[in-house]
Amino acid sequence: MYFRTWQRLSSVVLGLVLAPAAMADWGLNMPQGITEVSQSIFELHMLIFWICVWIGVVVFGVMFYSIFKHRKSKGAVASKFHESLGLEILWTAVPTVILIAMAVPATSVLIEMYDTKNSDVDIKITGHQWKWQYDYLGEDVGFFSNLTTTEDEIYNRTDKGENYLEEVDYNVVVPTGQKVRFLITSNDVIHSWWVPEIAVKKDAIPGYINESWTIIPEGQEGIYRGKCTELCGVNHGFMPIVLEAVTSDEYQVWLEEQRAGKIAEAQAALGEFSYDELMVKGADVYARSCAACHGNEGQGLGSVFPALAGSSMALNDMAGHIDIVLNGKPGSAMQSFSAQLSDVDIAAVITFERNAWGNDTGETVTPKMIIDAKK
Amino acid sequence: MTTATANHDDHGHHGPAKGIMRWVLTTNHKDIGTMYLWFSFAMLLTGGVMALIVRAELFQPGMQLIRPEFYNQMTTMHGLIMVFGAIMPAFVGLANWMVPLMIGAPDMALPRMNNWSFWILPFAFGMLLFTLFTEAGAPNFGWTFYAPLSTTYAPSSVTYFIFGVHMMGISSIMGAINIIVTILNLRAPGMTLMKMPLFVWTWFITAYLLVAVMPVLAGVVTMMLMDIHYGTAFFDAAGGGDPVLFQHVFWFFGHPEVYIMILPAFGIVSQIIPTFARKPLFGYASMVYATSSIAFLSFIVWAHHMFTVGLPLQTELFFMYATMLIAIPTGVKVFNWVSTMFRGSMTFETPMLFALAFVVLFTIGGFSGLMLAIAPADFQYHDTYFVVAHFHYVLVPGALFGIIAGVYYWLPKWTGHYYNENLGKFHFWMSFIGVNITFFPMHFIGLAGMPRRIPDYALQFADFNAIATVGAFIFGFSQLIFLFLLIKTIRGGEKATDQVWEGAEGLEWTIPSPAPYHTFAEPPHVK
Amino acid sequence: MNSNSTQPDNQSGHKPNNTALKLVIAAVAMFGFGFALVPLYDIFCEITGINGKTAGPVERVEQWVDTSRTITVQFITTNNAGMPWEFEALQEEVEMHPGAWTQVKFWALNPTENDMVGQAVPSVSPSEAAEHVQKTECFCFDQQTLKAGEGREMPLIFSLSPDIPSHVKKVTMSYTLFDAGAFAK
Repeated sequence: MYFRTWQRLSSVVLGLVLAPAAMADWGLNMPQGITEVSQSIFELHMLIFWICVWIGVVVFGVMFYSIFKHRKSKGAVASKFHESLGLEILWTAVPTVILIAMAVPATSVLIEMYDTKNSDVDIKITGHQWKWQYDYLGEDVGFFSNLTTTEDEIYNRTDKGENYLEEVDYNVVVPTGQKVRFLITSNDVIHSWWVPEIAVKKDAIPGYINESWTIIPEGQEGIYRGKCTELCGVNHGFMPIVLEAVTSDEYQVWLEEQRAGKIAEAQAALGEFSYDELMVKGADVYARSCAACHGNEGQGLGSVFPALAGSSMALNDMAGHIDIVLNGKPGSAMQSFSAQLSDVDIAAVITFERNAWGNDTGETVTPKMIIDAKK
Repeated sequence: MTTATANHDDHGHHGPAKGIMRWVLTTNHKDIGTMYLWFSFAMLLTGGVMALIVRAELFQPGMQLIRPEFYNQMTTMHGLIMVFGAIMPAFVGLANWMVPLMIGAPDMALPRMNNWSFWILPFAFGMLLFTLFTEAGAPNFGWTFYAPLSTTYAPSSVTYFIFGVHMMGISSIMGAINIIVTILNLRAPGMTLMKMPLFVWTWFITAYLLVAVMPVLAGVVTMMLMDIHYGTAFFDAAGGGDPVLFQHVFWFFGHPEVYIMILPAFGIVSQIIPTFARKPLFGYASMVYATSSIAFLSFIVWAHHMFTVGLPLQTELFFMYATMLIAIPTGVKVFNWVSTMFRGSMTFETPMLFALAFVVLFTIGGFSGLMLAIAPADFQYHDTYFVVAHFHYVLVPGALFGIIAGVYYWLPKWTGHYYNENLGKFHFWMSFIGVNITFFPMHFIGLAGMPRRIPDYALQFADFNAIATVGAFIFGFSQLIFLFLLIKTIRGGEKATDQVWEGAEGLEWTIPSPAPYHTFAEPPHVK
Repeated sequence: MNSNSTQPDNQSGHKPNNTALKLVIAAVAMFGFGFALVPLYDIFCEITGINGKTAGPVERVEQWVDTSRTITVQFITTNNAGMPWEFEALQEEVEMHPGAWTQVKFWALNPTENDMVGQAVPSVSPSEAAEHVQKTECFCFDQQTLKAGEGREMPLIFSLSPDIPSHVKKVTMSYTLFDAGAFAK
């Protein structure tokens, strides 16, 4: 009888010991992650966790024993003892020793996390309401990264995709086997950049630059998804991060493609675009960059975000319309999009806004008009 | 330990006034305590409804019921109302009722200020709640209102929010002054400080914390007001300010604030367990020193709320070590409670059930707090549901269960009737089950990567969110059992004796139940 | 403090009013302390450089140049929300010896139709390097006024003090440009 109990008890204990990694798969535990730092943190987390579990077992064990045995209904008679200096010293000293034992590994992991020197790649990350911007220092590569999950999915009009709320238009690409340093700041309010699998989280503070770093080992190429972790306004839950780790060689190729893409974009802006091409592209840009505030149907949101459908600016004031998209409106949440969107995209989205939802101005805004407006 | 010189109110014309003006003008600590308690219960239900709206939206991924902008208002108001409208006033209500009785005083030292302290609150919260119905909407920047989200980017209701915080801050400060003055000056002869009941001690220490940090909160919201309306730049880098300064000043208030919200519960539990174990509290002096240590330490740990802000290494290490230290006196208290039970003769009436659940579940909250203190690990926990799980464990089955335990414990003294024990136990078990189903899964989704303050989430978090929502509705609706029981007990029930509980000791148990309107007009002598 | 009274209440040595008054004064003092935290924080950060902000200007002194090592200094610029100026460092990075003085130029242009006032806020990474950054001239010391359409070069003259720790090999100097119109002096 006792053997059976021991058997059961040990398999439970063994299971608990072996389970942590499995538990992460069931969504019960922190991921171990793919870097040395993330694994050190995971081990520290499990160490503290088990110490707490064992302290709990002992303390609650005594407590439950007492609840069971020392009840009036079982005839227990209350003792009178009510103090013991020895015990007080003991249960002050023992926790102190345990805490010091915890503090030692915690200190060394923290020191490791703060060591940002000797990076191979430097990426400046800027948090915006409500998207991330990435600039690769010294590489002439920079872009914005927006959530691509659609309003229809969010508002339950269509089925949700597999990476619901965790997908973006442009991933932040990093090479494996190299030290990547992140320089994190914000354009407006405080945001926070977090990718759990590499255990990097740092607040993005306007006016200040924070730094963090990671080394993703070779062999850990893949996609890792993260989130904004500081309340930053209405779409705080809708500005994820997708980190794509590739080999060093693939990274160099990607950098080249980005640079070529920029040149191609600038050249394309000088080309001819038909009204229909601009409307199709404009609808796509609108869904990605504008709909979150101005609404799927251009209806806006009360007095917070103005409606575009039927607005006097969209119907009459083309110069003003171009200006506000390029330069934003200071003192409001309307940002400048001149750095975020290409000239072609801006021309397309303004064309779209002036013709969709019954606005029907019949006007076409060309990329050349945008280039001129910027001068 | 005490000789009673109970006082009966035999002057009919000194009884309470009639009608609504009784309550508006009362300076009687029992009346004011009652008002605080009913106010805090109303706020608990209001904040609770907001929590249920939040949980209902989070039942499934996708936005089903409300829009993100309203969601941010709900989470913000839920936090503000629970912290400042439910938990703190409930403890003040219990202090008002019980501190004078426990020290043998006829009333609080400053009875008219006491009236004022209460009546500010309905106005402050009325103003705050009113913002929900304005076009700009209620505050939506989190109960921790970080700048610049709460300054440059705030809705116009932020000004009402600031005035509301000022008002309830003044209320708290006046209440705290009243408690300190009462305890220092009105103790019955023979009651030295080291003979005071632990509830009085913990409130004494809490009151000093309040006087020290509520003014700092007032300072930080004043700085916000100045940044928003008067062109200063405390928190705006454009003018030479610093958003991180906001966090330092806020949390310098904020951390002692959370101890303000738990120390009185420690006191309540320290009264209840000895009563129902029929055994004196183990280690009285140690409990006093431990509570004082917690209070001192609470001033030097604030930046553990800011580990990801970009603090220098030495600063992070300091705050990590200081925070871990708090585990020691807290642990000492838990060991002392368990030692009080050990070799006692326990019965398990409702107050004892809530007190025992407090010990277990608050300790679990303490464990997650210790995990959070480990700075490197905190980078993975910060601003996720792991933190939400931690603070809800220490505040709900912690502080709130402490308050409820105290209400059950003292209700027969206040009303003269025993409450229905079966109903009480039913309320307990539903609350216990509900609270754990709600908050335990939050540890998991936090570890798995779900951030705080988001109205919608990725698909892998769906199952535990659904479970938490079910638990929340169970817990929320269970509080209606409590409401029913309170009203029933006020109106009638088995007559309660003076002592009420077999193992109860203290001056408050030497007067009749219900407690007469005026008590201890002559101070009792304490041996 | 009075802890034991054998007399009826309110007739002990301490009148409640005195304690109450002291506590009110304490409350007011803590309110003042909250405000005092503001300059205290600034002084603390200035002395230690731990929030990444740089001090200055300093007098240019000829100091020992440590030719045994070079440090890479990167320059990055950010425009805060609502700040439409062009703003960039004309050199992305320089290699410097600790102790040597260098000039770097930045470009700012106001493309709008209104005169504007900007304020650049510096931030240095790693933050331990901030206290070693010595500047004799920086556009970040003053607000910069640019008329509508006006653009100009803005110099930064600085050095890294020779006692900068040897493990620091790369320093990033970031400037965030804000619209300081509301704070125009």
